[in-house]
This record gives sequence, C-alpha cells and structure tokens, in this order.
Amino acid sequence: MTEFLKQPWPWYIAGPLIGLTVPALLILGNKSFGISSSLRHICASCFPANIPFFTYDWKKEVWNLVFVFGIFLGGAIAINFLPNPNPIDINPKLASELAGYGITNYDHLVPTDVMSWASLLTLRGFLLMVIGGFLVGFGTRYAGGCTSGHAIMGLSNLQWPSLIATMSFMVGGLIMANLILPHILSL
Amino acid sequence: MQQSTNTDFEVRSLDAMCVNESHLAHRWYHNIKYLVVGVLFGVVFVKSEVVSWFRIQEMFRLQSFHMYGIIGSAIAVGMISVWLIKKFNIKTIYGETIELHPKTFNKGQIYGGLLFGLGWAITGACPGPLFAQIGTGATVIVVTLLSAIAGTWVYGWLRDKLPH
Repeated sequence: MTEFLKQPWPWYIAGPLIGLTVPALLILGNKSFGISSSLRHICASCFPANIPFFTYDWKKEVWNLVFVFGIFLGGAIAINFLPNPNPIDINPKLASELAGYGITNYDHLVPTDVMSWASLLTLRGFLLMVIGGFLVGFGTRYAGGCTSGHAIMGLSNLQWPSLIATMSFMVGGLIMANLILPHILSL
Repeated sequence: MQQSTNTDFEVRSLDAMCVNESHLAHRWYHNIKYLVVGVLFGVVFVKSEVVSWFRIQEMFRLQSFHMYGIIGSAIAVGMISVWLIKKFNIKTIYGETIELHPKTFNKGQIYGGLLFGLGWAITGACPGPLFAQIGTGATVIVVTLLSAIAGTWVYGWLRDKLPH
C-alpha cells in the first residue's frame, strides 16, 4: 500500500481529490475555496498600515490561515513519509531545453540549480524567486483570486468572470514560459 | 479602529475571495478541521507533483497533459458538487444554508490575471504550492512567499490608482 502511495499520483486521482476540497470547505463551515486570500490576511494581520483594503476583521478569516498551514504540513508529511523513490520524470524536450540553461537536477520539486539560497543573489535567481513571487502576490490579488479561487471554485460555481481570469492566467503563463523565461534562464 | 463594519463588508464584497459566509462564531478548535483538509490537500499537491516547477513548465509548453487533467477533473468534480449542493439544498455540518455569491467582472481579472500568469510560469507555483514547497524542505521558497505577500500589500496600497 505505502509503495503504491509513494509513486507519483496520476491526474485522475489527484484532480478529483482537489475538486472535493470545494464541497468539503462549504459543508464544513460555508467557506469558499481560495488560497491567495491567505496572503491578504497575512498583510491585514501584520501590516495593515491603515490601508482600507487591509482593515477588515481578519480574525474571521483565520480558518484560511489554518488551511494554508495545513498545506505546508501536508507538504512536509508527503516528502518525509511518502517520498517518491525515483527522480521526477519529465518530458525529454523540456529536459534538453533545460540542460541548455544548466538545469539538470530533477530530484526536487523546485529546480535547485537555479532556485536555492546560493542563487538568490544572482540576477537569475532574483528574477525567478523575488520578482516571480511579487507577480504572483500582486497579480492574484488584482485578479481577485488564483487557480483555486477562480479556476476551481469560480468555475465550479459557473462564474464567467472566473473564466476570464483563468484564461488570463493561461495567456500570461504561455507568454512567460515560451517567450520571456528562456531569456531569464539564459542569464 | 475607526473602520466600521460597513467598510468591512464593502471591502470584503469587492473581493469575492475574501467573503466568509459563515455567520457563526466558533471557538478556536473548530479550525482544526480546516487544518486536516489543508494537510490532505498538501499531500495530494506533492504526490501529484502539482507543486513541481517542472510540471508547470511542461503545462505552459504544452508538453504534458498531466496538469490539464488535474485542473480539468478538479473543476468537473467541483461543478458537480456545487450543483448537488444547490439542487438538494445541502446544509453545513452546523445546519447553516450554504451561500455562494456571484463574482462581478472587473478589468482586474484580465490585468491581474495576466500578471499572475507571468509569475506562475516563472516561480512554477501558484500561492497554494508555495506553502507545500516550503513544507517539502525548499526553504528558499520562503523568499518567494514573502515577496508574494509584499506584492499583495503593494496591490492593496495602489488599489485606488489601478484600472478595475
């Protein structure tokens, strides 16, 4: 059983399980699935600075912070108790492209050749981690949600603004991965 | 605290992601159930490699069906669930009626969505996976998370000046 669980899980197992988070949170306490709002609650609880967007009763949303803390713990549990015995299997075309940038280590979920404490102060590492993170936080809040809030929760509730947001996520990602990221990784 | 409850409601309603529908006040330990859901969710994230930078690169290069299968089947299950909840008027475990509010369109969904998409493809992570990646021991991702928090803060600060 554990050997089976240690293998990477296929999409048709993982996807429905992720989808079940939607009814689970609704039935457990009328909570709409959404993860990026946790970043907003952190701002509201730590540095609201009298900005109206952050002066609300964040204590009502503590459940969301507990939920993301659970995601952190889940990551730690999965990697320690259910470690994948094999390196991540990636598409050969991607592998040969990445090799050109010096990315050859697939043992981790992040590319440690370019995302590590040592590479943080290189221009490439700074763009990947600091600027990338900033875009994630700024963009999700500007869009009013991320993959969970718009693509999964919003589309589950047949909200067309969420469809527009999801298509925008995809367009942004396609542009970055195919047109801009190759130049960043070549730095 | 000069903020009235009305402002609170207005701020929350402008941003559907931040509306907590439960009208009940609970003791702190009621939050443990969200911790459990979060843990299960985090395990699925890691075991299905949704939190892998490499899987996100494959997705945006159209080199793998994996991520499309996951997001697509998650939406399908979510849609059926929401439909069933509405159809049978399923209540929460506390007996409250489940409330779902429509989202209103604003241009932020396009501009913000594009910016988030750019960030998603660079970092290989949306906000949820950032937490899971840190859990797997990629401690440097704390920097990415702090930067995402800073991005959220700057958005809140500039909000009135941005086109919506």
